[in-house]
Amino acid sequence: MAMQRAGHVHAVRMEGIRMAFGKVVALDDVTFRVGRNEIVGLLGDNGAGKSTLIKIMTGVLRPTEGRLFIRDEAVSFEDWSVRRAHALGIETVYQEKSLGEKQPLWRNLFVGRQITNRWGFIDVAAERRIANQVLKEQIGFRGAGIDADSPVALLSGGERQGVAIGRAMHFEKDLIVLDEPTAALAIKEVRKVLDFVLGIKARGRACVYIEHNLAHVHEVADRLVILDRGRVVAELGRGEMSVAELTRFLIELQDRREHSDG
Amino acid sequence: MAERRHRKGLAAVEGLPIIAVLIGLIALFMIAAPQVFLGHRIYLSFLTTVPPVLLLALGLTLVVAAGEIDLSFPSVIAFSGYLLAMCIKDLDMPWLGIPLALLGGALVGFVNGVLIAVVGIPSIIATLGTQFFWSGVTTGISGGTSYSLRTVDQSWVHTIFAGDLGSFPVQFLWALGLTVLVWLLLNRHRFGEHILFIGDSNAVARVVGIQVEAEKIKLFTLMGLLGALAAIILTLENKNFFNTQGQGYLLTALAAVFIGGTSIFGGQGSVVGSFVGAFIIVMIEAGLVATGVQGFWVRAVVGIVFLGAVLFHLGIEQPGRVAEMRRRLAHVLPRRDRSVSNGGEAVRAAPTTRERS
Repeated sequence: MAMQRAGHVHAVRMEGIRMAFGKVVALDDVTFRVGRNEIVGLLGDNGAGKSTLIKIMTGVLRPTEGRLFIRDEAVSFEDWSVRRAHALGIETVYQEKSLGEKQPLWRNLFVGRQITNRWGFIDVAAERRIANQVLKEQIGFRGAGIDADSPVALLSGGERQGVAIGRAMHFEKDLIVLDEPTAALAIKEVRKVLDFVLGIKARGRACVYIEHNLAHVHEVADRLVILDRGRVVAELGRGEMSVAELTRFLIELQDRREHSDG
Repeated sequence: MAERRHRKGLAAVEGLPIIAVLIGLIALFMIAAPQVFLGHRIYLSFLTTVPPVLLLALGLTLVVAAGEIDLSFPSVIAFSGYLLAMCIKDLDMPWLGIPLALLGGALVGFVNGVLIAVVGIPSIIATLGTQFFWSGVTTGISGGTSYSLRTVDQSWVHTIFAGDLGSFPVQFLWALGLTVLVWLLLNRHRFGEHILFIGDSNAVARVVGIQVEAEKIKLFTLMGLLGALAAIILTLENKNFFNTQGQGYLLTALAAVFIGGTSIFGGQGSVVGSFVGAFIIVMIEAGLVATGVQGFWVRAVVGIVFLGAVLFHLGIEQPGRVAEMRRRLAHVLPRRDRSVSNGGEAVRAAPTTRERS
């Protein structure tokens, strides 16, 4: 997959996405693009449709309507799944739900992509060795008292994000999706995560970064996409708005919504 | 930074604490009933009585590790046992009984899997329902009669599943082989890893690309197959079928799993523990009778041992939880102020994961 990274414009392009859960329309005619080596910040209030959009992009949900292009090539939603998204180089790092708490790190690193023989038995020695290598070299856990056998339960919030992002890096993903990676983290941990995000860009990959904290996403994103009530209401290039202007814009959006609802 | 330890060296040996308990128990019985427990015959008899419990416990270990439960396996013992008995007695084709019994068990398990994974009924409810259904079906088609299968030991089917090598019972070789196989499946196979992640969290399992529904159907079908094998061995050993023959196994097989240290919360399972647990549960029943305790009281003692073992594992796996339990106990008895503060500090010193994340 690494070799195919050049030669296309967009890592992902979604057009005319509509998602209805019964009568509730979560997304309405949404178009969303992520460039080959671009960090896109996805903003919006709770219920704006951010997580629905991401779940569709990563194969967890199939939309009611819409078209999907991966590396500029059309992909049918008919057989769209997490497994397929994985195979096409899309990896999600969810805040809470991407690591098995009680399982050791080596299992977490390889689950779903185990190194097995033809009978499906796992080469534990190889997985352990590579996991220790990834922990030291990709994530920088040197001397932190953590090794491949540590269960996730022993890790801090920032370290968990590091493991999940390191996992995506190891498997040469083209597009890494981060779902509020800095929520509930200490400042020092946040800095680590933002560095991980910049590391994604430096390695020529793309990233979708969902975040509530405007300052964090403003610092690292090349482009911001703002969702409101299932629609894209703004797309901003780097530097088009300051953090203060962005904050004002989002508050106005919220006011307008409250007026129309009331 | 808090000290971060995970078990290494001797402490990481699977099932070591419960193996120590087993040895202690044997020693205890040797003192209490030397005439029985210092001879070899009782141990040979365990090798024929343990396998059915053990086979069920092996399947249940996987089911519980996946965060699910199965209460329907007693009906598999009855249903598959009937299919085998019917082939032996009515059709005079014992060899046909083996695939038919296995198919019957797989069917029960597959239906369980579909009800749980596809229809979405919680496993405790779904398997309670199918337990009623399949034991009812067995009673219905067998007409409630029992089958005496005294001539079956002429058949090679009996030799393979319940024969003797010298005085060593063959069924224990089956149980031993399957213990190794299930251990490898859980700890070294892709399927086992999927089970562990499903038991940890269904949501995480989906996110990492595990096909949760398909794996659960496979899991319950496997449980049905192991139940069927237990039924085959039991029926051939007893040379008898009766339609309530599975009922004694519900509690003993589940107890073997939990005594062995598999957590009801899922995400973790100890095959070695269940192996030892099956011996403990069978040994207690036999041992108590040998020491002269009245048969009526055996179950009460088993209950106490069961609860004791669960607490024991809790204490080893999560010391923080025991401290919290002490604090709660102290709360109920407010006079003992000193133990309140001690317990409270112990909790703070060893915070649970939830608190830290």
